[in-house]
Amino acid sequence: MGEKILMKGNEALAEGAIRAGCRFFSGYPITPQNEVPEYMSWRLPDEGGTFIQAESEVAAINMIYGAASTGMRCMTSSSSPGISLKQEGISYCAGADLPFFYANVVRGGPGLGNIAASQGDYHQSVRGGGHGDYRVLVLAPNSVDEMANFPKKCYELAFRYRMPSMILADGILGQMMEPVEFKFEPVDPKSFKEAGWELGLAAGRRKRIVRSYDLREGELEKINAARLKKYREIEEKEVLFEAKQCDDAELVVVAYGTSSRIAAAAVKMARDKGLKVGLFRPITLWPFPKKQLAKLAEKSRKFLVVEMSMGQFVDDVRLAVCGRIEVDLYARPAGIPSGEETFAAVEKSYKSMTPARAAAPAKTAKPKGKPGRPRKKPAKKAGRPAKKTRKGGRR
Amino acid sequence: MELVNKWPAGLVEMPLRYCPGCGHGIVHRIVGECLEELGIRERTVGVAPVGCSVFADDYFNCDMIQGPHGRGPAIATGIKRSKPECIVFSYQGDGDLASIGMAETIHSAARSENITVIFINNAIYGMTGGQMAPTTLIGQKASTCPRGRDPKVNGYPIRICELLQSLEGASYLERTSVHTAANAIKTKKAVKRAFQNQIECKGFSLVEVLSMCPTGWEATPLNSVKYIADKMMPLYPLGVYRSPEQREQKEGGAA
Amino acid sequence: MPEIKVNERLCKGCELCTSACPKQCIAMSDKFSTTGYYPAMLAKQECCIGCGLCAQICPDLAIEVYK
Ligand SMILES: Cc1ncc(C[n+]2csc(CCOP(=O)(O)OP(=O)(O)O)c2C)c(N)n1
Ligand code: SF4
Repeated sequence: MGEKILMKGNEALAEGAIRAGCRFFSGYPITPQNEVPEYMSWRLPDEGGTFIQAESEVAAINMIYGAASTGMRCMTSSSSPGISLKQEGISYCAGADLPFFYANVVRGGPGLGNIAASQGDYHQSVRGGGHGDYRVLVLAPNSVDEMANFPKKCYELAFRYRMPSMILADGILGQMMEPVEFKFEPVDPKSFKEAGWELGLAAGRRKRIVRSYDLREGELEKINAARLKKYREIEEKEVLFEAKQCDDAELVVVAYGTSSRIAAAAVKMARDKGLKVGLFRPITLWPFPKKQLAKLAEKSRKFLVVEMSMGQFVDDVRLAVCGRIEVDLYARPAGIPSGEETFAAVEKSYKSMTPARAAAPAKTAKPKGKPGRPRKKPAKKAGRPAKKTRKGGRR
Repeated sequence: MELVNKWPAGLVEMPLRYCPGCGHGIVHRIVGECLEELGIRERTVGVAPVGCSVFADDYFNCDMIQGPHGRGPAIATGIKRSKPECIVFSYQGDGDLASIGMAETIHSAARSENITVIFINNAIYGMTGGQMAPTTLIGQKASTCPRGRDPKVNGYPIRICELLQSLEGASYLERTSVHTAANAIKTKKAVKRAFQNQIECKGFSLVEVLSMCPTGWEATPLNSVKYIADKMMPLYPLGVYRSPEQREQKEGGAA
Repeated sequence: MPEIKVNERLCKGCELCTSACPKQCIAMSDKFSTTGYYPAMLAKQECCIGCGLCAQICPDLAIEVYK
């Protein structure tokens, strides 16, 4: 603790997991996450842990399902296509309330795509991902330092709520090198206490069953309802985010992971030019900082979502603000925008903002078609081409 | 007079929900007895498959986990490597083990994972309603080959013991049957040995049991027993396909 | 004298025991059990030798052997 080491993102992730108590890893090679299993293969045995190169991602996740059922702190990692294969097993873990931790070092898709960074797996991460009704905790680091320190958080949350947790990274975060500081003492697995659901060594107690099914009439719904309650609690308590220069911002750029770093550069350029732009970065993608964004929508005038995907992340932002504010999208599906390109998008979005809200909200006044009203109104006017209407609203 | 066959401690005392004449029940009793007789019940974790024996997690009186279709050996691997003191077994049907889970089967054998696999070969998909299995015989009717399995269309049945035989990692492979009482007794010996091997850390053990599925075969239980003797056994010969002794001899010879 | 007792709650009337008995002393009842099957029964008690082969093949653990 305390010292800074230069590390590659994937290795920091692996080391962070081990320091957080991980003693079991199973995985299958796929670029750009190969350094994770490679690192684990020499490092884990040193710590008395188990590393298995599985025959496939499917086998790897099911080894995790088995290991997790014993209470072991276990981990798997992969990149997009491999995570797709793991989804059935992740769904079983969620359905059996087993805690474990995994990482998706996302690459370009769909299909075999490419091996560069992308954010195309947003939906498959925050919407559960596999079959059935469930969630996984999703943390999105944007630096190698966070790659190193988030696994501990992931384990804590996974074990507190008995559910899978994941890190959503990408090829850039996995491959780049940065100084890292592990901000916690290594966790000794011997300090973990049994919670009462773990399998194995049953002397003196009743048998335990780990399963994700219940065929009895009405029972599955009860189990899922209890899980929903847990999810609600998590949404209340566990949201993490970062807001920079948002207090006076007229335009708030919303981005996570790698694109939030690029967006930060663009925000700086904008501020240098005197534009009132802020940056909001969700750190937990599920639970999503809905309330925080909704609040921000009250005081700023526009949001711009920057994402390295077609417009997946923007869905959650729009749901959070519920039409209260205009949300622009700068989408780069399997593309990596430069700071300048992103700044250009910021500037464009900024300049096309509707005029500042009228000083008096004039709740009683008739809001007929006045400039400065939300776009909603003019759009209602029948017969007018939408484009023209929008232009009318522009400065 | 004294009761000579008490309910095995390795099985929970409850009615089994299998069809009349189904071989699963016989193998359940055998496994339950072995857990008791070997004194391993309290440190055993069983893996229930997807298939008719999905309910094995209720039946076996030890810690149980039910997992995705075909992945039993991978799940067992995760448990065994996490808690090596535990005895871990995977109980699987032929669709589970020889079709969707074939990779897990072969690779856990190749890794010589120190686990025990109980493989119920009833040449059909029981739970989903009698579809063709990888082990369905040529000419055998199933709901997805209603005119009988035609090798030109459906290919040939897979013989698991023969297939795994070539793997150095497979420590013990035996095929038995439960279509007669005498064969059930032999099956128990094999199952016991498969657990004993794990206790002695000898690596991957698998017992393939030819088993009746009267419902899937659309036959009476008595005709099902005959079907095993007349049709299945010629294709799936009973016997030991690999044993730890064989391996020890070989390794000793090589040294 | 050796004998078997069939637990009618467990027996599903599959008849496998009838073929396993070397002395052919098991027959099927002609009365429904509470679970809706015609259960097996020891038809000729005097011929049971307590070998337990019926219990070896019974898929439902329905046969208790006394010796
Ligand atoms: C991924 C997946 N595919 C398919 C199924 C449907 N399914 C359930 S049981 C089964 C076949 C089971 O057959 P077998 O393993 O031979 O066992 P049996 O029922 O004959 O004992 C299938 C295909 C499933 N549950 N999951
Ligand atoms: S369908 Fe076949 S395998 Fe399944 S319980 Fe019935 S007889 Fe047994």
